[in-house]
Amino acid sequence: MNKKLKYRVLFIALVLLVGVAMLFLKDINLGLDLRGGVHLVLQVETEEALEEEVNQTRERIASALQDREIIFSDITIDQGVINIEGVTLAGEDATDDYLNQFTPAWNYRSRTREQLVTFSMEMTPAYRKTLATQSVNQARNIVAKRVDQYGVAEPTITVYGSGAVQDQIIVELPGVDDFERVKGLIKSTARLELKLVHPTNGGPYDSRESARSAFSGNFPEDYEILPYRDRNVEAGRTMYMVVKKAASITGQHLKNARRSQDPFSGQSEVLFYLNSEGVNLFSEATGANVGNRLAIALDDVITTAPNIESRIDSESARITGTFTVEEAEDIALTLRSGALPAQLRILEERSIGPSLGRDSVMRGIYASLTGIILVVLGMVIVYRLSGVNALICLTLNLLILLAVLAYFGATLTLPGIAGVILTIGMAVDANILIFERIKEELRLGKTPRASIDSGFSRVFGTIIDTNVTTLVASLFLFQFGTGPVKGFAVTLAVGLLANIFTAAFVSRTFFNLILNNREVKKLSI
Amino acid sequence: MDIVRNTKIDWLGKKWIFIGLSLVLGVVSLTSIFTRGLNLGVDFSGGTLVYVKFQETPDLGRIRSLLGDASGLDAEAVTRFDEPSANEVQIRLPRVEDEETTDMGLKSAVVREALFQEYDSERAAGRSMDLNEVSEAEIRNWITANDPGGILEGLGVNESSQKAEEIAGEITDLRISNRGLIEDYSELEALGFSDGFISSLREDFYLGSFAILSVESVGPKVGSEMRERAQNAIFFSLLGMLIYIAFRFRPIYGLAAIAALFHDVFLTLGLFSLTGREISLTVVAALLTLVGYSINDSIVIFDRVRENLKLMRRADFATIVNTSINQTLNRTIMTSGMTFLAVLALYLLGGEALNSFSFALVIGIVVGTYSSIAIASPIVFWWQLLMEKRKRKA
Repeated sequence: MNKKLKYRVLFIALVLLVGVAMLFLKDINLGLDLRGGVHLVLQVETEEALEEEVNQTRERIASALQDREIIFSDITIDQGVINIEGVTLAGEDATDDYLNQFTPAWNYRSRTREQLVTFSMEMTPAYRKTLATQSVNQARNIVAKRVDQYGVAEPTITVYGSGAVQDQIIVELPGVDDFERVKGLIKSTARLELKLVHPTNGGPYDSRESARSAFSGNFPEDYEILPYRDRNVEAGRTMYMVVKKAASITGQHLKNARRSQDPFSGQSEVLFYLNSEGVNLFSEATGANVGNRLAIALDDVITTAPNIESRIDSESARITGTFTVEEAEDIALTLRSGALPAQLRILEERSIGPSLGRDSVMRGIYASLTGIILVVLGMVIVYRLSGVNALICLTLNLLILLAVLAYFGATLTLPGIAGVILTIGMAVDANILIFERIKEELRLGKTPRASIDSGFSRVFGTIIDTNVTTLVASLFLFQFGTGPVKGFAVTLAVGLLANIFTAAFVSRTFFNLILNNREVKKLSI
Repeated sequence: MDIVRNTKIDWLGKKWIFIGLSLVLGVVSLTSIFTRGLNLGVDFSGGTLVYVKFQETPDLGRIRSLLGDASGLDAEAVTRFDEPSANEVQIRLPRVEDEETTDMGLKSAVVREALFQEYDSERAAGRSMDLNEVSEAEIRNWITANDPGGILEGLGVNESSQKAEEIAGEITDLRISNRGLIEDYSELEALGFSDGFISSLREDFYLGSFAILSVESVGPKVGSEMRERAQNAIFFSLLGMLIYIAFRFRPIYGLAAIAALFHDVFLTLGLFSLTGREISLTVVAALLTLVGYSINDSIVIFDRVRENLKLMRRADFATIVNTSINQTLNRTIMTSGMTFLAVLALYLLGGEALNSFSFALVIGIVVGTYSSIAIASPIVFWWQLLMEKRKRKA
């Protein structure tokens, strides 16, 4: 065997080896449609987060102004603008001074009329954008934490979106089979708040109206009415309680939370632990309000409102309710991960159960194998020994394709399997082009060696043309496609590239081997 | 072996037959698309698709009324899916118009709830967990927490959790091999679990009579985004190919190839419309592949024409084209044949999920091969004729 040929064969053997090794070392990433799992596109309602920021700022300003004994008549919010009304001329400078610290995030201006000043402040567009982006990132991280705690292997959670702010999150959770639970887990806002119940008229009441009428028209500004569902309350009935708007303890004071079981009733409940700041606040709140009740509210629904017997210095408290094991588990999990800064709305869901996934894989593989066998048979019948060349090229093609997919961690989807089948068809085309050309040359009377030579050189241009055009299609498919379609494009493209290699190099080597040092009179083609 | 040998068919001579055929098919396609319309999948039109497997043959009418206006779901279509024996149903909920507040993730929950109320609320008899729905992890946790039938007795912590995982895996495997539904507890007995274990299981789990196999829920915004993407993909692919071919050959060849492509895609879409098959993103992928394949076919012929133009200087253009087609006929038959076989295998064996996709390819290969001879070649010929006429005038 001449040197060149030897190197060629060695190179092919090397490729073969590397390919097989790759497949052993790395598993091929299976897409969701093959593995089963959940795919979600979530919209982060950033407007909410922004609103919340405006509300909280209003609270801050209100108490700060009061602390500094600055007189004003009202602070209102009107379409995102905070209006501080009725500031006396005496307090104008002090107010201006104080508000200055909110720049450059906020812009404010003042207007004087009849000896009273009104300050208006508003978030700058830049700050709005920053906040929005922040809340999206925060939401992403929280979702990631929840998903991680739930135990999903290899989740993908990415921020996405066209527009000024990327306000969408794409979540892919392979292998998850209880869709509803996971969706609930991701979306739950899990806002925990401990609020003091009104000392005299706290309730519980039958309805909001009766709660309101208890105050005979003077419902206090700093209190609100929340629904109350305790396990002591008849199932299905909702009562209402009057609690302070401002929470004494919120989710940010949590250190940990877990599910536990009430030793007496066997009921599942959630145990939460406060961090040091939380413990202090808790101690303060309970110490100053012995004899009152403290309402524990989850997502604005009070689940329990125990009496404060004495100052509590402990770091833990329980949330009780009619929870199932999963519900308690999920609440603990969401509390641990933190409350979402804004609501998440699902824009798109694609969930595939494992049985469907496995089914697809089986059928896909079965169809592929059948396709390959049919094609190989066809080639061998028509081209005889040269058909075996096609078989070798095909096998190598597939090997390279799968190995490249594995190496780059590319995802194999159901259309991707179809792409494999397509690659088979197209790979074979290259061989067919070569063989037909060789046949023609032979018919013209050329020697086998010469026919093979001119066959290959004449056909090369065509092979490039056909492969490039299909590559162009797969390029744009990849660009504009999503998930499964992207997988298809990748499979097709890699298959085509591998095809060019096998057609040009491997096929040639095969024929060279046949011709090698022998006087071949007739080609089996 | 040669499939055909030395054919001397006058392809161009038959061009009017071909054009006629294509016209007829074209008109049929057009009519169908305008009257029956294209069945756009939820990918493009928005909406929800839920696939449910039932234990017993489902009464489609009952399900339809269940999920109709009454439940606020307004199910558009409830159809049988796959073979009748599979008892699988495809439920389609219409596109949601209210973009601002709708959460697409809630749809499946509502469907499930409605089906549960109708079919399983009695069965459940107070039990809260459906063995046909819970995840493997949940079963495992349950086993670890309850030690049903003393199955974990005597085992250390690590061994217990391993055993629990094993058992949970066995149960879910059984479920998966039954395509999502365990019909009767006797199937679990066959797996070798003790009576104590099974009766424990029975206490906390009921066997649901339906299982949701998959959910696809797409909001209108996403839907229109998909449409745009698909259009872009097709447009740019065609443009890219046009440029490449115009570059490699001459502009008219590019145009001829593209014309053939339009013909192919149009006829395929027409057939989809006629058969009412759903057009999803994967079908668009198939169409693009078909486009790539069809162009290959044309390129092979054009390549030969270019070569023969140099070799057969005396001959007239029509003869050159015909000879080129005849010379490449073996290749065309073989390649189409082989690719057709591969794609046919996919169509027949690939299962429901790939059905529309492989259908597009099966049709596409046939039409694509046909169009290279019937459309692309005549166009190139006519252009050449036009050029020669102009030359003579000048």
